[in-house]
Amino acid sequence: MSVSMARSLRDTGRNASRRKRKDRLVNGVLIAAVVLAVIPLAMILFEVIRRGAGAMSGEFLSSVQPFSQRRPGGGYLQGLVGTVYMVAIASILAIPFGIGAATYVVEYKQSKLSPLIRFFTDVMTGVPSIFVGLFIYAILVQGKLGFSTLAGGLALTLLMLPIVARSAEEIIRLVPDDLRNAAYGLGARRWQVVMKVVLPAASNGLVTGSMLAVARAAGETAPLLLTALGAFTIVPELIGKPQSALPLLIYSEARGPYEAAHARAWAGSLELMLLILILTIIARTISRRAKAK
Amino acid sequence: MAVADSLSGRRRGRLRADTTFRLILGFAGASVLLILAAMLISTTIQAWPVFRHEGWSFVTSSVWDPGTSRTEITGQYGALSFIVGTLVTSVIALIIAVPLAVAVALYITQAAPKRVAGPLTYTIEMLAAVPSVVFGLWGLLFFVPSVLRPIMDFVAGTLGSFIPFLGGPVVTYNYFAAGVVLAFMVLPIIMAVTREVMANTPEPEISAAYGLGATRWEMMRHVVLPRARPGIIGATMLGLGRALGETIAVAMLIGGSQRISDSIFRGGQSMAGIIAVTFQEAAPENVKALIGVGVLLFVITVIVNMAARLVVWMTGGHLAKEQNL
Repeated sequence: MSVSMARSLRDTGRNASRRKRKDRLVNGVLIAAVVLAVIPLAMILFEVIRRGAGAMSGEFLSSVQPFSQRRPGGGYLQGLVGTVYMVAIASILAIPFGIGAATYVVEYKQSKLSPLIRFFTDVMTGVPSIFVGLFIYAILVQGKLGFSTLAGGLALTLLMLPIVARSAEEIIRLVPDDLRNAAYGLGARRWQVVMKVVLPAASNGLVTGSMLAVARAAGETAPLLLTALGAFTIVPELIGKPQSALPLLIYSEARGPYEAAHARAWAGSLELMLLILILTIIARTISRRAKAK
Repeated sequence: MAVADSLSGRRRGRLRADTTFRLILGFAGASVLLILAAMLISTTIQAWPVFRHEGWSFVTSSVWDPGTSRTEITGQYGALSFIVGTLVTSVIALIIAVPLAVAVALYITQAAPKRVAGPLTYTIEMLAAVPSVVFGLWGLLFFVPSVLRPIMDFVAGTLGSFIPFLGGPVVTYNYFAAGVVLAFMVLPIIMAVTREVMANTPEPEISAAYGLGATRWEMMRHVVLPRARPGIIGATMLGLGRALGETIAVAMLIGGSQRISDSIFRGGQSMAGIIAVTFQEAAPENVKALIGVGVLLFVITVIVNMAARLVVWMTGGHLAKEQNL
């Protein structure tokens, strides 16, 4: 009996060290996975900065593309103008609508429409962006509008709308009921409670969510292919003329065989990512300041 | 105040203000429903002549031979090869991204020191902020030819000789190249949802597992993973929804061949890709067919997304919605 006892104790010891070894192995596998997941981002940032900075210059930021992709020099000024122009249109439309929809969902949650709107906002975030472009093409571009700034802006609006609405909903939900009750107690009506208490209390978060949606819209390519089309010069017109955008220019020049065009595409990517980075940093700073309060 | 107002007869005016307010907000909310309905209806109407002309062969034939007519349908429109392209690239992306996302989420929530976990989460979520055209450019001019090409040649040369679908000769831009880059693009969403689910593992259960003498891996395997499984399924489907609809990066890397290839190392085309690439030069009847492809893509992604939301909602409760995905 003493012999079998000794063996079982020894077995346990061997088992324990086997289990420990396995634990260490798994830990190694997990760390390897983390490294593997971080590598692509590091590679992208490295390449975009290295090749983009090489081609970036004052000329790039301040001039338009040469007429032939083969020719070096020039820049994406018309793309930057187009992107800012269309994103501005999209923001003006999508942010009020999105926040309005979110307010309805939260403040009128007893309404039958409310859960329906909520669910379909979720569904709308999953709609492929190219389909949004097809939709705008089918109802507007084909008719009177033609390829234009407005068509591109509207496509971006539809992409931003559900993102703004979903983030706004979360933020408005966080406003404590005490605030609402206090306002009602002072005799405020519902619209006053919402406009003067709930939305101001949520304002920082609303700005953050909207900025992130703006950043997302600025990087979109696919819907603009079917609505804005692209242009070689700066286009101030709202309708009647195709408009350009940074992602469109990167896409068209990356696909060609010319070195000069590729250099511009890298510089354009750097410009686009800096634009998005700035928007994201502003958004994060606002939300961090709100949390600190 | 309210009492004074009601006594002085101003109450009715204020009620009207409330009703108007509600109507305005309700309109903003309902616009989402109206837009979605308008999307489906208007595009289906546009594509209807092609659907009627092709019938089932729209999804069962892979002969895509666009005509040039302005008014009638003269070409042949079978979208099967694009459907295959979309599915193959998405599946490759998920096979790579899901295990990676689960492993990273496990590490972040259960094993990483606090001061590593925060920045790591932030770093991987930064991938989501990279525009898809930049992924495309990077894949086209750097990653696929310089990094992936040797790997693909090696796999096709060794495993490819006896495993089907992995055979050579390798074409640089192909299903696999598009799928790998797509994996990087869907990784942040899958990881975010999975991490959120895992972070909600009840502390007492974790302590109980350790109290019974479990190692960290045993605790993960028997406590964290079983609880997170439905969340991981939901996250995978959300990733699938994203992957199916991704356009520009895939269009740039998939190779642009309109045939169904028998190897993942040869070129193909995806549904979103064919729309993006051929739309600008398409004749009116071809545009109708492309809109038809879009409708098909829309229906598939909406079904996948709705199913994903349902899975995540039913099991993970409030988890996914906080991520604003």
